[in-house]
Amino acid sequence: MYPASFQVFIPASLEEALELLAKYGEEAKVLAGGHSLIPLMRLRLAKPKYVIYLGKVPGLSYIREENGTIRIGAMTTHGEIAASSLLKARNPLLSETASRIGDLQVRNMGTIGGSIAHADPAADYPAALQALEAQLVVRSVEGERVVGIDDFILGPYLTDLQPNELIVEVRVPSLTGAFGTAYEKLNFRAGDFAIVGVAALVQLSPDGSKFEKVRVGLTGVSDKPVRARGVEEALEGAEAGEEAIAEAAEKAKEGLNPPSDIRASSEYRLEMTVALTRRALEKALARARDKVA
Amino acid sequence: MAGERRYIGRRIKRKEDLRLLTGRGLYVDDIHLPGMVYAAFLRSAYAHARIKSIDTSRAEKLPGVLGVFTGEYFKDKVAPLMTAWALTNADLKPIKWPVVAYEKTRFTGDIVAVVVAEDPYTAYDALEAIEVEYEPLPVVVDVEEAVKPGAPQIHDEAPGNVAFHWKFRGGRDFEEVAAEADLVVKKRLINQRLIPAAMEPRAAVASYNPGTEELTVWVTSQNPHVHRLIMAGSLGIPEHKLRVIAPDVGGGFGSKIQVYPGEVIVARLAMDLGRPVKWVETRRENFLGTIHGRDHVDYVEVAAKKTGEVLGVRVRTLANMGAYLGTAAPGVPTILFGLMLAGPYKIKSVDVEVKGVLTNTTPVDAYRGAGRPEATYILERMLDVLARRLGMDPADVRRVNMIEEAPYEAVTGLLYDSGKYREVFEKALKLAEYYRWREVQSEERKRGRLIGVGIASYIEMSGLAPSRIARATGFGLGLWESVLIRVHPTGKVSVYTGSHPHGQGEETSFAQIVADALGVSIDDVEVVHGDTEQTPFGMGTYGSRTTPVGGSAVYKAAVRIREKARKIAAALLEAREEDIEFSEGRFYVKGSPEKSVTFQDVALAAYTAEKLPPDLEPGLEAVVFYDPENFTFPYGTHVAVVEVDPATFKVKILKYLAVDDAGVIINPLLAEGQVHGGVVQGIAQALYEYAVYDESGNLLTAGFNDYMIPTALDVPDVESHFVETPAPHNPIGAKGIGETGTIAATPAVVNAVLDALAHLGVEHIDMPLTPYNIWKALKESGVLAKLGKGR
Ligand SMILES: Cc1cc2nc3c(=O)[nH]c(=O)nc-3n(C[C@H](O)[C@H](O)[C@H](O)COP(=O)(O)OP(=O)(O)OC[C@H]3O[C@@H](n4cnc5c(N)ncnc54)[C@H](O)[C@@H]3O)c2cc1C
Repeated sequence: MYPASFQVFIPASLEEALELLAKYGEEAKVLAGGHSLIPLMRLRLAKPKYVIYLGKVPGLSYIREENGTIRIGAMTTHGEIAASSLLKARNPLLSETASRIGDLQVRNMGTIGGSIAHADPAADYPAALQALEAQLVVRSVEGERVVGIDDFILGPYLTDLQPNELIVEVRVPSLTGAFGTAYEKLNFRAGDFAIVGVAALVQLSPDGSKFEKVRVGLTGVSDKPVRARGVEEALEGAEAGEEAIAEAAEKAKEGLNPPSDIRASSEYRLEMTVALTRRALEKALARARDKVA
Repeated sequence: MAGERRYIGRRIKRKEDLRLLTGRGLYVDDIHLPGMVYAAFLRSAYAHARIKSIDTSRAEKLPGVLGVFTGEYFKDKVAPLMTAWALTNADLKPIKWPVVAYEKTRFTGDIVAVVVAEDPYTAYDALEAIEVEYEPLPVVVDVEEAVKPGAPQIHDEAPGNVAFHWKFRGGRDFEEVAAEADLVVKKRLINQRLIPAAMEPRAAVASYNPGTEELTVWVTSQNPHVHRLIMAGSLGIPEHKLRVIAPDVGGGFGSKIQVYPGEVIVARLAMDLGRPVKWVETRRENFLGTIHGRDHVDYVEVAAKKTGEVLGVRVRTLANMGAYLGTAAPGVPTILFGLMLAGPYKIKSVDVEVKGVLTNTTPVDAYRGAGRPEATYILERMLDVLARRLGMDPADVRRVNMIEEAPYEAVTGLLYDSGKYREVFEKALKLAEYYRWREVQSEERKRGRLIGVGIASYIEMSGLAPSRIARATGFGLGLWESVLIRVHPTGKVSVYTGSHPHGQGEETSFAQIVADALGVSIDDVEVVHGDTEQTPFGMGTYGSRTTPVGGSAVYKAAVRIREKARKIAAALLEAREEDIEFSEGRFYVKGSPEKSVTFQDVALAAYTAEKLPPDLEPGLEAVVFYDPENFTFPYGTHVAVVEVDPATFKVKILKYLAVDDAGVIINPLLAEGQVHGGVVQGIAQALYEYAVYDESGNLLTAGFNDYMIPTALDVPDVESHFVETPAPHNPIGAKGIGETGTIAATPAVVNAVLDALAHLGVEHIDMPLTPYNIWKALKESGVLAKLGKGR
């Protein structure tokens, strides 16, 4: 497990990091928590000539709320996101999802920016980010752009990120009203990537009688994280209840073509998508109902 | 065991903890020698191929590369490795394992070329620059395929890929008892391939001194003397010119018994290059090139009466041996398996035939339990199936068949040594609240919860072994154990054992035995192991033999020292030897306790040597080679309670309880640790682990990502209880506790899961019972539809 030779840069500012990226772009990789990149380098599946370490760049690790939006710095670790009291109150879906990533060591090192940039088709965050319709802030020496998560992740390990760009921030809504969220993850061994992951957001009418807004994000079941739009449409406007969920959850498998591998077949993943969608929505509903009273 | 017990039986923390837990251990990778260079191995790109050509020129030119060496280089310098357990009466074929492949590769772990470089990074760069032209050959990975006519041939020496064919019959003829039976239950059971994956990968450092013509090899080994013997033979150097040191070893589980190509290669190259050479396996290499375990297809028939009484067991096994026969490999699916097929039961007929089958996969050898888990799985699984067919409670089927107590001569000819089998069984059921769980199960079933209770009773033979039996089965050496105990003039004691503990804690438990026998403080006893220049020839640590065999040697040597000390004490006290009593580290004259000398006084006198009786030599040490009279037979009953998620089929273990009789427990803390670890490994086989090859012989589970070793979060608390019936055939009464957990936990958990699904009409699902495998089996048998949407 010896990587090929490479040169390391340790920029001290965002500007410096962006300049290095502009210069070495194609042949460089930025290093954040290293929990996806280093395993690849050790197996020599990735052989970057230059490694640009972001750990000493100030101002990339934060969680703060501004005008109804929660902004999260790209270098914020999974552990920080899982523990954030702001997120637990105003966007518990993201913190619950973070708490289910890997194990303690992984959560202490891995970053949200790294996870999104790596775009593992079974990563956990993207399910929640889909359900939350998250926006990403991407920057290069040429300037800044804001992209929706759905447009950013294009396929397995494939994103819209240009060689000279960095993810600097993730934006998710600060939730209010009668909302409830849940992340259901199925893995066969603690700490593993998801076989199927389902993130659900339920917003009830003020009296709790109707589903006002429903979002369901799925991971592990397609070549990129997706929303279960069939489920969302079936529930929005419907009477809030478990029966409606049971019926709508069947639609979670529409249009999916999950992978088969040594762990599980495509068909199993499809069935589990339905089962977990149901569980996630039931939990989210119960949590939303708690807020109605 | 005679004498006072001040340490034995107490929960004493490991003496090795300070060193190991604070990072002061010394592992092979911690060895750094001046001028040391690094080896890296190129392994075969194909599971079966002819090597047409190897171009090393580009690799050789890289700066820092000392050389690239292929099979051509090694084939006349180093003899191929052969198994050390050449089974008798089994038509065993002489399978040779070349240390570096030439002409042919037979699995993807085969080494094709070796790079030596100034640093490991350069060595791995150079591997990428070697160009090998292969002619791929047809591959076979599956045993049932490998024995079919026309299957790819792996070794010319073994036509039809059968490396040996072993047969054993005990008791009455199976056909005869089957004719008397009310039913014969048949099943094809798969005991899947596992990967030992010790925390420390394998490694070797070799250093040659041309001035003394001495070669020193540091290697990850469970048996350094065996390593020395086999390596000296392969390298063609005199045994006394080879020193093997196995320093701290980070786990083995059987995988470090084997003498591998890696250590032989670095030894040869250290001699040829005149520089010390180091090799440390990568984790991927550990998965590919270090032995695997289990991997049977067992065709089982059990003949029984309607009462549940089992009359006979017939087993036909195809044991996947992989591409070569490992050091102990042929004995594992035969002697250690077939002879255990009566279990703790009054079965009247055991009939077993095993074919050791070669395939294009990693060699399979002894892995924690080695044969005994496979045998126990068959019996315990089949008893549950039988119970279901007869509408009986699985506990009752065991009651009908279980041996009351030992000594008992089993139908296999083994003399089970001691124990209260039925009593231990009932105790386990009681402690686990078996019948309460049965009520919970039926209550909760009404609410759609799937709860299951599983039992596994086992007996195993450990304390390997009486040498006469080992030899009769074709084992290369005897299976005794040795020790040298040396008392220093200050009365401090060094114990040089031929065992080689690697995590089990015998530096502590052996010190407990010695401290009790000599009446000294445990702090005054140091246990030394692992260096062939320090310890007498020893057979090593495996097969739960270290305490019963190695510990017995230690005890006998300590007693011998005490007896010599008594003679010296008599001289010092000017009394007759018969009148000398020994207590709490003091020798005194019977009736006048004020006339006494301490053990330390005696030790000093042994070296000042002026007051010794005329027939006594100076010094105070003893060497003992202890050859046990019989195996030991630990046994017990484990109970698991599980819940299966009715939607995902993920299994949660709600309770796990073990009652084991391993004879006298020297240190309950260490023994519990062995049970906990063993149970976890047993659960791992039941629910998580399996090594998967694709059709081309590529190992798809070649890392921790894909090979699912459960984590601390996946396993339950294990409740461990002991019953102590002393082993009658050794002086310390210990039976061995290293493997009981792995043997019992697998069937206990599998039985529990299938018990949870029993009302759905599912009889058996092959391991591992991952959520997907359960789902698939239910789907294929139409049960899933029955469960319906309501779940
Ligand atoms: C044992 C283990 C278990 C794991 N289990 C899970 C799991 O259950 N669920 C899960 O979702 N993940 C899991 N992971 C992955 C983990 O979450 C990683 O931390 C994450 O995928 C990558 O984040 P990182 O900060 O470690 O990125 P790095 O490994 O440093 O980088 C990953 C990639 O992203 C790029 N990159 C990093 N930061 C940026 C940035 N700001 N802008 C642009 N590009 C960037 C890098 O160049 C690289 O290509 C696991 C990892 C391990 C080792």
